[in-house]
Amino acid sequence: MRAGVVPLARCLVASLVLLASGCRPAAGEVTLTGDCAGQVGTGMTAESVRVGGIYPLSGPASAYAAVAQGVRAYFDHVNARGGVEGRRIEFLVRDDAYQPARAVEEARRLVLHDRVFALFQTLGTPSTAAVREYADRWRVPQVFVATGATQWGSDTRRPWTIGFQPSYVAEARVYARYLAEARPEARVAVLYQNDDFGHDLLDGFRQAIAGTSVRLVAALSYEVTDPSVQGQLANLAASRADVLLNVSTPKFAAQALATDAAMTGWNPLHIVNGVAASPAVLQPVGYAKVQGIVTAGFQKEPGAPDWADDPGMHTYLAALARHAPEADPAGQQVVFGWTAAQAFVKVLERMRCPSREAMRAAMRSLPDVELDLLLPGITLSTGPDDGFPIESMQLTRLEGNRWVRFGKVIDTRAEFGPVPPQDHP
Amino acid sequence: MNTVPGLVPAGHRRLPVGQAAGDRRQVWPWRRAGLGALAAGAVALPFVLPPYLLFQATLVLVYAVALLGLDLVVGRGGQISLGHGAFFGVGAYTAAVMIAQFGLPYPLTLPVAALLTFGLGWAAGLPALRLRGLYLAMVTFAVAVVLPPLLKRFPAITGGAMGMPVPTPRAPVLDDDQWVYFLVLGVTVTAFAGIRNLTASRGGRALTAIREHRAAAEVLGMRPATHMTHAFAWSAMYAGTAGALYTWTAGFVSPDSFALSLSITLLAGVVIGGPATLTGALLGAFVVMGVPAVARELNPAAPGVISGLLIVLVVYAAPTGLTGLLRRAAWSVAGRRT
Repeated sequence: MRAGVVPLARCLVASLVLLASGCRPAAGEVTLTGDCAGQVGTGMTAESVRVGGIYPLSGPASAYAAVAQGVRAYFDHVNARGGVEGRRIEFLVRDDAYQPARAVEEARRLVLHDRVFALFQTLGTPSTAAVREYADRWRVPQVFVATGATQWGSDTRRPWTIGFQPSYVAEARVYARYLAEARPEARVAVLYQNDDFGHDLLDGFRQAIAGTSVRLVAALSYEVTDPSVQGQLANLAASRADVLLNVSTPKFAAQALATDAAMTGWNPLHIVNGVAASPAVLQPVGYAKVQGIVTAGFQKEPGAPDWADDPGMHTYLAALARHAPEADPAGQQVVFGWTAAQAFVKVLERMRCPSREAMRAAMRSLPDVELDLLLPGITLSTGPDDGFPIESMQLTRLEGNRWVRFGKVIDTRAEFGPVPPQDHP
Repeated sequence: MNTVPGLVPAGHRRLPVGQAAGDRRQVWPWRRAGLGALAAGAVALPFVLPPYLLFQATLVLVYAVALLGLDLVVGRGGQISLGHGAFFGVGAYTAAVMIAQFGLPYPLTLPVAALLTFGLGWAAGLPALRLRGLYLAMVTFAVAVVLPPLLKRFPAITGGAMGMPVPTPRAPVLDDDQWVYFLVLGVTVTAFAGIRNLTASRGGRALTAIREHRAAAEVLGMRPATHMTHAFAWSAMYAGTAGALYTWTAGFVSPDSFALSLSITLLAGVVIGGPATLTGALLGAFVVMGVPAVARELNPAAPGVISGLLIVLVVYAAPTGLTGLLRRAAWSVAGRRT
């Protein structure tokens, strides 16, 4: 053992010398000089910008992998036209299997090993919450995450992360506004998932109906581990409410829709939240049984007759056929990916310096930016204290096997004011 | 493999490592030079490696501590434990809850995690170690299965299925990751020294005796259940300590990170590294950490398949554990027969 001491001491001296000179392999860390002195431009050169995304390509939520297809199709489309100000977008996609621990691991690999400029999208609330700490710690932008939790927008202490889609609170406000106008005496029963997502929407709804004559008469929760929600539905029916607000994820939404359709003695107006308003939910239940249900949306629906002559939709369909022939053009997830990617490119174009700080500033100062596949009247806008890019939605009703828009676009920011900041640990 | 060339049965019949654990022959011929080079390399590492590789090197040390612990039960004790991933997880969550929920300073988490898992190991060992072999494997298997759902059950404390981000230690002089590396290195060196002393002690020799011939050991006055319970508690403590170090390094814990697959990975690490040797724990840790990383680089689409194939390859090339392979290679260079 003693012989090890001498080399050890020598080595300690050597490493102290190294330390004194600050000698450490930086491996791609770039600090800018000139006008943008001191800012970090790692991952961006004059020819390219490297961006990483983390999606559940495998595992239980792998259906959401379609978002990555839409994103890649848009970036390929932009690269084919010469990139953003001459920079090609290199998009690295990683798989987290919807496990937050793997999302953090992949984020670490993307930031430290692949040296990405920014993280563009993590998918799902757990993964996003896990990566957010890491992004904040290393000051890497985590742009337009694919989840509707309210905290991405309201948490001003972690400015490197920003949401994209309307928050669940905004969605709740849209339903509240609709009920206050169309059915001022509505008695509402709520079925909700007992987690952050369910509580976000329910609390938002409660606050939004305060001061109106709409009343909440029953609210029952279920756990994601429950086998079925039939019991909850039976109890909600006993409340004799005339509106049922269905705040649930696809599997449970389908169960609730089927149970509601089977109960002939109780026929409330059925409002289903956006995350569950997909063909995958409605088809198994049967379109004929769920006619007239209401939800809120913010993107154009591919294939709808309204957009047959829409230039944005034409570009989307053509680019998808060329760059991502395996993707389903009608899928809402693909449209979502495409739209978010376009928003990311708009942010890139608005940056003053090729640095992460400039990206943070740009993504937090968007003035009514229009995107091809957002419904007319819906734009992106953010501010230094406003991390909610989209806060407007339009109601749609199921007619046949298509969602038909009705009413005007409801801008929840204009009508309710900003979402109150929440205290998050 | 029937005979090993050069093996002269003199008094005791000696078997190569892996066929029977507990081979006490020297693995490395140039002991002092080897240790010196290892120490020099370990200290220089943070100054030559880029951050991501340094992170992986830190995790290698973390897993080495866990493997040292598991080796007490598997290699020295000759039993199978499938529950060490759970002890690792308990240690990790103890540190995470203390730091993130109660805001306690991180150095405090190491002794608490160690004590807690020592107690848990003791409690689990009391009834479990009257069982042996496959039955012990089943009981520890149950421990591993029960932990993740339990962690998900109390979201107010553990963060539930979403997991919990944990602030990592801040460095007084170096970069943060270099600092964590040195902390982990210090604990690892202590852990190696501890196992070295433990296995050379009376209890360690008793453990080997019990493994080799339980009845004979009992006749000689050793109480197998007592010795095994001790070993199991120490072993769980090592796993728990490694868990706390993991939290310091990774800065994030979630229930699914400590599922049954971790226990099995650790067990594979012990066997591949070479049971009942100190070198084996370090080599095994390299495999546990390195194989998935290499697999991801080789084929990002199917890391699982590549990982499995690589393990098959390692076991095929080194049936007596990597330690056995290293011993043969080193001594053949040194010019002496083993």
